[in-house]
Amino acid sequence: MAFKFWNKRNVAFAALTAVTLTIAACGGTTTTEADPEAEVGAEGEDTEMAEGGADVSGDVLLDGSSTVFPIAEAMAEEFMAATPGTNVTVGTSGSGGGFEKFCAGETDISNASRPIEEDEIANCEANGIEFVELAVATDALTVVVNPENDWAQCMTIEELQTMWAPESQGTVTNWNQVNPEYPDQELLLYGPGTDSGTFDYFTETVNGDGGASRGDYTASEDDNQLVQGVEGDPGALAYFGFAYYIENQDQLTSLEIDGGEGCVAPSQEAVLAGEYTPFSRPLFMYVKVSAMEEKPQVAAFVDFVLDPANRTFVDETGYVSLNDDQYAAEQAKVQ
Amino acid sequence: MTTSDPNALPAKPPGGIDIAQGDFEPNLKRRYQYDNIFRIITWIATFIGLIVLAILILDTFLDGLPRLTGNFLTSFPSRRPEQAGIASSLVGTLWLLGITALFAFPIGVGAGIYLQEFASDNWFTRTLEINISNLAAVPSIIYGLLGLAMFVQLLGAITQGRSLLSGGLTLALLILPVIIVSTRESLKAVPDSLRLAGMALGSTRWQTVWSHVLPQAIPGIMTGTIIALSRAIGETAPLIVIGAQTFVAFLPNNPFSSFSAMPIQIYNWTSRPQEEFHTNAAAGIIVLLVVLLLMNGTAIYIRNRFQKQSL
Repeated sequence: MAFKFWNKRNVAFAALTAVTLTIAACGGTTTTEADPEAEVGAEGEDTEMAEGGADVSGDVLLDGSSTVFPIAEAMAEEFMAATPGTNVTVGTSGSGGGFEKFCAGETDISNASRPIEEDEIANCEANGIEFVELAVATDALTVVVNPENDWAQCMTIEELQTMWAPESQGTVTNWNQVNPEYPDQELLLYGPGTDSGTFDYFTETVNGDGGASRGDYTASEDDNQLVQGVEGDPGALAYFGFAYYIENQDQLTSLEIDGGEGCVAPSQEAVLAGEYTPFSRPLFMYVKVSAMEEKPQVAAFVDFVLDPANRTFVDETGYVSLNDDQYAAEQAKVQ
Repeated sequence: MTTSDPNALPAKPPGGIDIAQGDFEPNLKRRYQYDNIFRIITWIATFIGLIVLAILILDTFLDGLPRLTGNFLTSFPSRRPEQAGIASSLVGTLWLLGITALFAFPIGVGAGIYLQEFASDNWFTRTLEINISNLAAVPSIIYGLLGLAMFVQLLGAITQGRSLLSGGLTLALLILPVIIVSTRESLKAVPDSLRLAGMALGSTRWQTVWSHVLPQAIPGIMTGTIIALSRAIGETAPLIVIGAQTFVAFLPNNPFSSFSAMPIQIYNWTSRPQEEFHTNAAAGIIVLLVVLLLMNGTAIYIRNRFQKQSL
């Protein structure tokens, strides 16, 4: 008798009530769907113009590369703080997945760690999506080795090609094959998976063909696993974004890169000065032109991202912000 | 007479084994030893799994517990790990679970009841059964693609595209086979005598099922549903395909809102370079585990109530 409540009839009644209530709740929200935006809009109008933000409100939809995500997140966070009433959302479906949504007209801005490809441009054109390509930051692609590695300090692109070329698969397995001065030590390679924009950029730069790489290396989409791999093996070598090196400086040694004009170590200064070549790679946001024209909040967000005053938000994420000339050049594209 | 002596050993059967002559040695000690060895082996098999789980949980708790403050639960994602929180993805996950349960439970249980209690045994029913069992083994990303084509694109006018509703419906599809199968198993376990008795007293099939068979099966159905929902809560792949966001700095307040979910937020934090974000990920995992345990706890509570009542 203690559990009399749970007799059949009451359970059925409770279940029915729950379903009815939920449906009613859903229905209720359907009809008032426009309300939150309206309220938010009103708030936005009432608020005094915040620093750096225009008097705008509404949604800004971003999606795309997870490499660019930390920048987009930082910008979104600060933009929303400076411009109450705006709602910025950022997705991480990858550079390719982002362009798919972007060209279907579902997002306002697409983050990408590589330039848009021909077939993606065709897809956008077919759907009447016009866009502007904006570089928003620079990443220093960093080649790292184990701290016990005392033989390699600086490498040329040719040496890296010897390691990573598709022909090297199964044949180049020792450091002394890369350079006769290097010791007899097994070479263990770690790198991002083939879906990664970092992989595309590295293979394009080193092997001359985006996507052409030996396949017998340890690949992971999670750069933290690459870090762990190199930490654990004296003969290891890996490449990934600068931020992952900076956060693990104690466990890793970065290599200087000789792009033809002497050895340069990866650093914010070298990237800003344009000396860390060819491994300084631009990170992009692709902006839909019609969104900038029709949604003032999108235009305001783009202005915010391209404002040199906000460059610290980029630097905090471990990427390198643009230099003044680059900022001016990117701003000119959206004027 | 030797046979009347209870202590006497049986006479040696012709050509058989003579225990008294040592043909059969009871050797109880060694046989009990085998028992023990086997028991230890099964014990190890059980505890390997538990120990791995314990280490994982301990490691996660050591990493994440210091980060788990009230602030963490009420803050939005941030580029500053110490200010970042899980509020929007926690609420997103709860919304998703609600929508998923709302659709998957009635449809799944209904389908299970039909197949077990009403459908006649013919080729059509058997084809359905085989397909439902196969669907339970389909990788979740396939459901994501199905949801993208069906709910986001085809029914976009109703679901508002990449919304909580689309995500919840996709997860509902994902767990339907599990609910259907467990509903059927629970109904199968209800003794037939109950159905026969009901019908012998003049109840219709519907009356028998609704008032007698179903209440008996509810504990099993609840368990199956909770296991299914627990699967749904941890899914990332289909949600990313559907278009869940990673950075959402508002709480979704209607089913048509865009959203994030806890597994997506946790995955994003683990892949960040900064160690502090990894700590956030551990704290996020703890929150996810707590939600999961609360769900399971509720299910066990409901189940126990039904079981006591039906006794």
